[in-house]
Amino acid sequence: MTSLILILVVTLFFHGLVFRTKSLLSGRQGPGLLQPIKDIWRQLRKGAVFSDTSTIIFRIAPGIYFASVLTAVLCVPFGGIPGLISFPGDFVFFAYALALGKFFMIVAAMDTGSSFEGMGASREAHFSMLAEPAFFTIMGSLALFTGQLSFRDIFASLHFSSSFSIAMGLLAAMILLILAMIENSRMPVDDPRTHLELTMVHEVMILDNSGFDLGLILFTTNLKFALFGALAANLFINTFPLFISIPLFLAVEAIFAIAIGTVESFVARFRMGRNPQFIFTITSYALVVFLFVLFITGRSS
Amino acid sequence: MNHIAVKNNERLSLTSIPRSDYERFLEHNTALLDDSANHCVTYFGVPEDGKIKLICGIANDNEHNIYLSCAEINRTEILPSFSKHHLAFQVFERELHENFGINFSDHPWLKPVRFAFDRADKDSCIEYYPFYQSDSVELHEVGVGPIHAGIIEPGHFRFICNGEQILHLEIQLGFQHRGIERLFLEKKTLLQRTTLAESIAGDTVAGHTTAFVNLWEALCGFQADDELRFTRTLALELERIAVHTGDLSAICTDIGYQLGNAVFGRLRTPIINFFQQWCGNRLAKGLIRAGNNHFPFDKELGIALKNMLDQYKPDFNEICQKTFRQPSVLSRLEKTGVVSWEQAGSIGAVGMAARASGSERDIRKTHPHDKYINLGHQPVIKHHGDVYSRVQVRKAEIIQSIGYIRDLLMHLPAESREKKELGSPAANSIVISLTEGWRGEICHCAITDQQGALRHYKIKDPSIHNWVALALAVRNNEISDFPVCNKSFNLSYSGHDL
Repeated sequence: MTSLILILVVTLFFHGLVFRTKSLLSGRQGPGLLQPIKDIWRQLRKGAVFSDTSTIIFRIAPGIYFASVLTAVLCVPFGGIPGLISFPGDFVFFAYALALGKFFMIVAAMDTGSSFEGMGASREAHFSMLAEPAFFTIMGSLALFTGQLSFRDIFASLHFSSSFSIAMGLLAAMILLILAMIENSRMPVDDPRTHLELTMVHEVMILDNSGFDLGLILFTTNLKFALFGALAANLFINTFPLFISIPLFLAVEAIFAIAIGTVESFVARFRMGRNPQFIFTITSYALVVFLFVLFITGRSS
Repeated sequence: MNHIAVKNNERLSLTSIPRSDYERFLEHNTALLDDSANHCVTYFGVPEDGKIKLICGIANDNEHNIYLSCAEINRTEILPSFSKHHLAFQVFERELHENFGINFSDHPWLKPVRFAFDRADKDSCIEYYPFYQSDSVELHEVGVGPIHAGIIEPGHFRFICNGEQILHLEIQLGFQHRGIERLFLEKKTLLQRTTLAESIAGDTVAGHTTAFVNLWEALCGFQADDELRFTRTLALELERIAVHTGDLSAICTDIGYQLGNAVFGRLRTPIINFFQQWCGNRLAKGLIRAGNNHFPFDKELGIALKNMLDQYKPDFNEICQKTFRQPSVLSRLEKTGVVSWEQAGSIGAVGMAARASGSERDIRKTHPHDKYINLGHQPVIKHHGDVYSRVQVRKAEIIQSIGYIRDLLMHLPAESREKKELGSPAANSIVISLTEGWRGEICHCAITDQQGALRHYKIKDPSIHNWVALALAVRNNEISDFPVCNKSFNLSYSGHDL
């Protein structure tokens, strides 16, 4: 419950903080922290328009997408406090709950019959497929390291005793953050601010969505961001008492948002053809974590 | 001799253009183009006594001349085409086909140019236009436009792709057609015509207006004084700096590089604001007038401009350093959208885009006008023909233009005391006016009738050739790189559609 509330709170500010960072770094004042969420609220009060060529799939997809991400949020613990859904192997459930939402977004994009959205869907499917091994390698390594199988137990029993394991923890956090940038279609994989359909990944898939549906999708995207930030924060908050862990959680999320804003200010988007290579690099980092774990647990021999 | 040589902005009697039959006309002009120092600046038809008079102008870079020749044909004749020999003629012949219904036996593709209002075949319209298609089940088509996702002009792009890779791009324009050439004849006052010239392409106000006023003054036998030449040259160079800077900003946007987008975007503002200070319009509308100068450039403006450039240049250099040392930026720009020297030559690419492919095509050097005559301009040439080369040309041209402006400011022209009378256009004359706008070579051509009224007006924006260069540039590139390729040319829709 703690994690759910905190993630929802972070969701309100997350994109605002990213935008603010980008604005300040390009020498502008920028909108208020709550502006993105106000925009979403405005969308949510509007009716949606549906194209004649789309079917029921297109209409239910935003709902399923939101539900799937919310389900995934429920799995996330807060240090020692388990999420509302918690069982051994819940991180596998987590990954595929997210995948279900993504699957529906992809088929909904195909459903519109637009050539742009087909392109976006193909890119999204391609990149998430490549990102999946990294997530499982990193979660598997942590499971092996702690000997536990659920999110809560893994994070609760993480103890960074040696410098070796601290390095591993930092690497794991970094991988989760980069994964979040891929999953949420941020730079350098995708440019969320572009107006050019041909270069988009995620944005082009939701071109046909409008009003309430669009608001729901945008909110879900924010939620998903905060969700990945929460996973990374969990690596550090451990079983600290709440008065330490809550500020720590918020700090990790804020650093995450500022890091995204900074990267997006000073780096150009990758060439689309280079993205698979970049995503594979994350998997290889994850394999390094896996090797660390093998050494630490003495299973290397 | 099959042609007569004229200078840029030189008035010529229409009857002095040597006329030959079509076969010799074709042979002669296509043979001229075998020499890479020659390129076709204009080729159009004028209706005359039920027949059509074809006039072709080939510019020679070494002798600074334009070779004019003409031929008369009947509308019903089926002719062998120039394009068979040199692709650079393709768009002119498509225009002839569209406007007069002239048929060519061996033109590669008589694709409509712009669906002009007064086209010969009124049944040919965009609704029924057969786009180039592929039957392959493995390839897919992506249609973009005519409504643009951003705020720019309308055009339709049809891609045939293999996954993310572009195999073919077909560009169909004409959505912006306003009948400008016809309006030039219908609007009778000089002010109306000057205003029309200013609106040919909103981003090339100084370029097109300079071409028009130089042409008009030549028709009237008016010698522009030092002050007028100074105004035009300064406006052209300022426009070049402003648009190039804006383009660098837009290229940064298209690759998602926020810092470059923000800083180059900010740097463009003081330049166009200077136009505002000078003539009350940020796009320089109203500044350039034939035989007249409403906005004398005084010492105070000179100091303001100098100060502005002194602030501009260090910031510009700094952001260029940051941008072009950023690996992620270079990886997007280098080897993207390559147009080879051979391709640029064969399609007759002009201006900045041609110079990025190693072609030394610059009116400021080869057919100088106004102050360029004494400027000793050396074109900026890059050789790779990719987006990065086009960016580098822009960067170097901005620095070069700043140098020229500083030179110009050293010798401010004296305000001319006595007004010379402009006079009226000479009868039965033809003038070709070439101007190097920021995008490239602008060609205006006017023909007067026996009373000295305008009989025909022909405009050629550099975009008309360079759109083909864009279609070639994106081949085999990723479709997601199309926007940055497109922006690296930054071609005009309205300049093409007229």
